[in-house]
Amino acid sequence: MAGAGSFRREMLEAQAPPAARTGRLRWLQENLFSSWQNALLTLLSLAAILWLVAHVWPWFAHSVWDAGSLTECRAIIRETWGEGASGACFAVIRERWQQFLFGFYPRELYWRPTLAFVLMFAALAPILFAELPRRLRWFAVAFPGIAYWLLWGGPASVPLAVYAGFAIAFLVHRAVAARASELVALILAAAAMILWWLHLAGPVARALPILPLQPVGSSRFGGFTLSLVIGVTGIAFSLPLGILLALGRRSQMFFVTTLCVGFIEFIRGVPLITLLLVASFLLNIFLPPGTNFDIILRVIIMVTLFASAYMAEVIRGGLAALPRGQYEAADALGLDYWKSTRLIIMPQALKISIPGIVNTFISLFKDTTLVAIIGLLDPIGLTTAIRADTNWNGIVWELYGFVALLFFLCCYGMSQYSQYLERKLRTGQR
Amino acid sequence: MSETVIDQPIDRSGMKVSDEVAIEIVGMNKWFGEFHVLRDIDLTVYKGERIVVCGPSGSGKSTLIRCINRLEEHQKGRIAVDGVELTSDLKNIDKIRSEVGMVFQHFNLFPHLTILENCTLAPIWVRKTPKKEAEADAMQFLTKVRIPEQADKYPGQLSGGQQQRVAIARALCMRPKIMLFDEPTSALDPEMIKEVLDTMIELAEEGMTMICVTHEMGFAQAVANRVIFMDQGQIVEQNEPKAFFNNPQSERTKLFLSQILGH
Repeated sequence: MAGAGSFRREMLEAQAPPAARTGRLRWLQENLFSSWQNALLTLLSLAAILWLVAHVWPWFAHSVWDAGSLTECRAIIRETWGEGASGACFAVIRERWQQFLFGFYPRELYWRPTLAFVLMFAALAPILFAELPRRLRWFAVAFPGIAYWLLWGGPASVPLAVYAGFAIAFLVHRAVAARASELVALILAAAAMILWWLHLAGPVARALPILPLQPVGSSRFGGFTLSLVIGVTGIAFSLPLGILLALGRRSQMFFVTTLCVGFIEFIRGVPLITLLLVASFLLNIFLPPGTNFDIILRVIIMVTLFASAYMAEVIRGGLAALPRGQYEAADALGLDYWKSTRLIIMPQALKISIPGIVNTFISLFKDTTLVAIIGLLDPIGLTTAIRADTNWNGIVWELYGFVALLFFLCCYGMSQYSQYLERKLRTGQR
Repeated sequence: MSETVIDQPIDRSGMKVSDEVAIEIVGMNKWFGEFHVLRDIDLTVYKGERIVVCGPSGSGKSTLIRCINRLEEHQKGRIAVDGVELTSDLKNIDKIRSEVGMVFQHFNLFPHLTILENCTLAPIWVRKTPKKEAEADAMQFLTKVRIPEQADKYPGQLSGGQQQRVAIARALCMRPKIMLFDEPTSALDPEMIKEVLDTMIELAEEGMTMICVTHEMGFAQAVANRVIFMDQGQIVEQNEPKAFFNNPQSERTKLFLSQILGH
């Protein structure tokens, strides 16, 4: 076998990998006690965890669920667990949980927001899970109208009249597009829609009061219902608006670019609180006298605009991360701008941006608590109101903990969904 | 420069150059900022021609073929494809692009779509072909490039050579009159170059009008009817392959050929 040359007569067959080293003890040894430094760190961490649990656990263990006031709570704890014992007073949650969920919504109508909440999942499902039949998406289109009707009440003809605006725009577009250019058709369709909404939708809806529900004013909205109304609407509208802004910012057209950059930079440069204060105090000054522009609607608009500016930048990042070749391949096949954007560019850019998009959704949802500043009674606003009650004066942890738990459940849900989506959309295995 | 040996016999019966003009380029100039990339290009391509464009990097050969389907905009002169002049009219551009297939160095398949969807997308959305028909068509072209069994996979699961053959099938699904190849084998491992070149040879045998930017001189000798040498944004020399390789006229061409064929 001397010399540099050698060759193989037979190729080797593929073999199974060696049996995996499993077992809990092995895992413990490899991950927690691999060296004396690691063993020390493990023991210290264990001690810290035990110490924390030892201090927090009694607070939960001594909790009181049935009492009329904080003083009563404390008396019960003292009686049962002795002098100096501390415990949670969850009685406040038990007494006020409905308020946390529904604000000051009339008690006998609680079924309406509850039904809207349940229907929301039915509407979201076909959007979130592509496996479901596409036809179900029509329900997602109808849901905003149904939710408005359920939440605010009044005749069903009001949301129907709003939808009719879209139908009118569609019909006008189809009628005009046959005779004139696409641009003229679009402008006329938009004009017809706006005219209908401004001048005709109201009278028509009032003339035909179909299926009226007892109206509930915006001032009675509060608690988690309010957070969800603002958050979900904001999320639903900020994504498409953000996409348009991101595309506009990369556009070749000078005015479109300038407008989008100006909007994004202005909105990002201003604190959300400022926008909310403007919505609450200033907007009415600029509107014609006599117009009653609903406060929740104003807040939703501001929150949506705010989130869409961030969304635009997140999506722009996704667009910038796409290789030029993707644009060129789409162009070379003869796809026009909108088709290549819709079929090639956006699906990939959005996929890249999922973590950023969900980040923006989550922060938007948590930012809805800022409406407490302008006097809306969202869960945070309610805690202040509850603590102002002499019965519950001085209670802190229980209330904020409960609010935190509700928000955590929603945000963690969003985060889990985004990870599921990322896994599902992972197509390449290079 | 590696050179893939083309050893199979080439069937020339289908290769016919007609006297109808496919592409006409007259006095075309292009600048990137201050840099003059293409200088006074005049080129007439007849239907059925198989043109190989070669030259050192930076000579403007890719830019030239990218001007033909308006991936790059020329600033002076005129280009007409199949009788339609390229202007900034978007409708015109999309029309020309749907008639001209392009294959890129880095394949540029759409990673979020399956192989079949990559092939049917443009026929469905640009040509308005019914989905069933487009899929049957696509399967036929995938069979032609010998990867029908990969139709439901995603591009990321295929080898480079397979991806490039899909890219060729994708372009063919639009039934283009002209095919442009922009260094189709430059990003491939040597073992995969052959399979892509074979597909291109088959295409040439069927009489497709092709312009190919490539360094594969074996391919040029086997199928091209004209070889164009470019340097510094100009067409320096063009001739039929035998004369081009055996008896180059310009000094620049001789130097280039000696460098790529020298070993």
